[in-house]
Amino acid sequence: MNPEDLRRALVRIAHEIVERNHGTDMLVVVGLQTGGAPFARRLAEHLREISGNAIPLGLLDVALYRDDIGTRPVIAHSLTEIPVDLSDRVVIIVDDVLFTGRTVRAALDALADYGRARAVQLAVIVDRGHRELPIRPDYVGKNLPTRLDETVKVSEEGVVIGEFEIAEGTTASEMSEGSS
Amino acid sequence: MIDEMLVRRNLLSIEDLGREGILEILRESETFVEVASRRMPKVPALRGKTIAIAFFEKSTRTRLSFEMAAKRLSADTLTIDISASSMSKGESLRDTLETIDALGVDAIVMRHQSSGAAVLASKWVQASVVNAGDGQHEHPTQALLDAFTLREAIRRFQAASVEDLSSCRVTIVGDVRHSRVARSNVLALSALGARITLVAPRELLPVSVEDWPIEAVTEEIDSVLPGTDACYVLRIQHERMVDAGLSDLGEYRRNFGLTIERAQRLAPHALIMHPGPLNRGVEIDSQVADGPNSLIRAQVRNGVPVRMAVLFHLLGTSRNAVEEIDDGRG
Amino acid sequence: MTVVADPQEIVIKGATLVENGVEHRTDVHIVGESIVNVAGELEVPARAKVLDASGCYLMPAFVDLHTHLREPGGERSETVTSGSRAAALGGYRCVVAMPNTVPAIDSVAMVDYLRALCDDTLCDVEVSAAITIGRLGERLVPIRELAGRGVRIFTDDGRGVQDDGLMAEALRIARELGVVIAQHCEDEIHARGGHMHEGKWSSLLGIPGQPSGAEEVMVARDLRLVRELDASMHFLHLSTEGAIELVRRAKAGGLRITAEATPHHLSLTHAEVATYDARFKVNPPLRTDRDVLAVRAGIADHTIDAIATDHAPHSPEAKDEPFDCAPPGMIGLETAFSVAYGELVARANLRVSGGLASQAVTIADLVKLFTTNPARIAGVATPNEQLIASGSPADLVVFDPTERWNVRLGDIASRSQNTPFEHFDLTGRVRHTLYRGEPVVIDATAQR
Repeated sequence: MNPEDLRRALVRIAHEIVERNHGTDMLVVVGLQTGGAPFARRLAEHLREISGNAIPLGLLDVALYRDDIGTRPVIAHSLTEIPVDLSDRVVIIVDDVLFTGRTVRAALDALADYGRARAVQLAVIVDRGHRELPIRPDYVGKNLPTRLDETVKVSEEGVVIGEFEIAEGTTASEMSEGSS
Repeated sequence: MIDEMLVRRNLLSIEDLGREGILEILRESETFVEVASRRMPKVPALRGKTIAIAFFEKSTRTRLSFEMAAKRLSADTLTIDISASSMSKGESLRDTLETIDALGVDAIVMRHQSSGAAVLASKWVQASVVNAGDGQHEHPTQALLDAFTLREAIRRFQAASVEDLSSCRVTIVGDVRHSRVARSNVLALSALGARITLVAPRELLPVSVEDWPIEAVTEEIDSVLPGTDACYVLRIQHERMVDAGLSDLGEYRRNFGLTIERAQRLAPHALIMHPGPLNRGVEIDSQVADGPNSLIRAQVRNGVPVRMAVLFHLLGTSRNAVEEIDDGRG
Repeated sequence: MTVVADPQEIVIKGATLVENGVEHRTDVHIVGESIVNVAGELEVPARAKVLDASGCYLMPAFVDLHTHLREPGGERSETVTSGSRAAALGGYRCVVAMPNTVPAIDSVAMVDYLRALCDDTLCDVEVSAAITIGRLGERLVPIRELAGRGVRIFTDDGRGVQDDGLMAEALRIARELGVVIAQHCEDEIHARGGHMHEGKWSSLLGIPGQPSGAEEVMVARDLRLVRELDASMHFLHLSTEGAIELVRRAKAGGLRITAEATPHHLSLTHAEVATYDARFKVNPPLRTDRDVLAVRAGIADHTIDAIATDHAPHSPEAKDEPFDCAPPGMIGLETAFSVAYGELVARANLRVSGGLASQAVTIADLVKLFTTNPARIAGVATPNEQLIASGSPADLVVFDPTERWNVRLGDIASRSQNTPFEHFDLTGRVRHTLYRGEPVVIDATAQR
């Protein structure tokens, strides 16, 4: 996926969001730190271009809501900033890669503390499969089935798949710290 | 992302942390300040963990601060009431701590009147030990919240995101010799690059003060005030007056108190700090303590997030992990 | 001397005896309680038990001027018997029991009581008495009566006598009777209840300390009294450079004083307290490198006459407390000679280095510090000048200077385990000890 593909995917997702939600009323875009943040920003900008309205943008670090606290090293905390009350809003969670689904689960827990949203929808740039929880994305940039021993890195320049060594018996979640 | 994190089991002394460890905790504290500002200022990070709060020396403020920190991390707390405990019936400190440990608590936050009590405790129990003050030795979380508050104020004043306290000249005034708050602060602030001057009557200066990481020592407060960026005032106790060769607290105030007049000798940007509780009108005048340059309330406010950072740092990490986190696996 | 119908015979084979700086191979034949023959090579009679001493030094068994046996009142930490067993393992034939028991040894009745407890010991126990009643520092004990009962040493050890007048009176009486006043030099006002040496480490650890001055001030006071009254005094456990220098000058000036130092004060410093382990809490406290070097120098130039253990047992529970709550004291009988040998003669594994070559001590000098000198001070010297000769009592130590060992807490004979030398590499070990001809220790194992 090159930068132009990325841009087209984000625009398409923006249109899908507007279509599904019949406009941008009561929308909030929340990017998951740190991978989802730049894409959340871009998505909010595209939504503004389409609708003419400014869309509230939030950032969320789910480190304190993870289900694997105590079993892996501390990860530095990034900024969390939810600028509006989420009650009765439609929250679009944005992340770069959807993998096991655990990060999204943590995000749902965190968001619940900010108010009772009317709906929560999930937008991801890449879905690489290997889900461990019943989480499914509403909007996907690209489906990219991968092997467990591959890495997926998404940046503004595009998507890169690499390889690294894993020990036998490693599960997806053990490999997936920092990813969805 | 951080490349390398050292996982510690206990927080017994500022020396255990070193400069990197202190900065790490201050970073984490910022997250918890944000949590405190939320509508729902509570996170499930330490759900299922149990934290015992064992204060063998009376204290209300620090104990409540730790309890709040634990609860806001969704941990369960057990508070040991010393007056009712079997320790007053002659049970040894070791037996008391081992009993608490045997309940399966994850951490023991401990305050004790003997120096070194927390160090010994860490040898006796499996749980993580947090030193909430041991005799005249250290009070690490106080120094951490002080460093955090000072840095926060400097950032605000300079409108710049300084990482440490390199530019800062700190003066600590009072009974330094017997103060664990002073010892921890000297270690923490100097590790962050601050330049420290101690001011006290001779008998209240530490023994072998030349070994301390400070810049200067003096018994004369007025000359150092103009060059101070932050004045840290310690509480003075009546019992120490005899040791100090002073007749009474009035004499202390005249010679060492941060009175309104003395405060006027400070630079306009100079900050005022005090660990509390205050002896208003003795070591510090009310108007100075409540004035615009005072960080005293901020210190108290920051106590909970900093202690949350400490508890999360000790319990929210794997005991075995000293890992490098690879970005590429996202 | 009792004559037994069938006295035990022992031959010590292959030992090294040091005489006038010359080492020779020696065998010793012992019958009953006495040495009957000492020669280069001896035949072994059929019924004699042989103790192998090859590679080992043979010396007279030691005398400790300063042991706390804890009976009566402190039996949990030690008894007369267990303490004497520890002494035997350390090579001692006699220990002076300190009177700070509960109750204190401050009356004829208490002296008799303690002596009666000592019938089954593995070494001689010399009973000493306090200087003041209850060791409270207020009124003198009946010194004359106690001296009449055979008590030769008087000390309030654990505390020093603070009052000048009281000490002067005690010194006068002691001079008249020819008994010894032994003083624990600590000025309590100066000491301010400090739990360790006041200095760099007390400052870092936040533990209230006592300055060197507390010892020096009291030594100075006592020297003044000794001079004024033409009296004599024995200084217990000197630990500071300043005090040792005062004693050095006073001796040069002709004062009749003697002094002792402990194995821990010639080997360990206040840096050991860094872990807050109360096994390193002792009074006088462990001090600085300079003080350790001064103790060694004092030993080398005979300012210090004897090495005395200040063996002070405390139960594990007592020492398992925060530093300021725990009682001060270290056991030392079983390790004393090894520590002294390693630090002063072999000069191996020194924790404090930088001493001058003049601080080296020969094995013969070391033996004097453990035998002749303390025996003379305690008044238990054998009448015979030559300690290892035909006709002398068979109180002997066979010491292997090459054995390297470490203290194992489970092997300690004392009832208590508060040794500061648990992780110390020790050079040299007592292999056999004979007490009145009885081999109470064979191959570093107590026989009863």
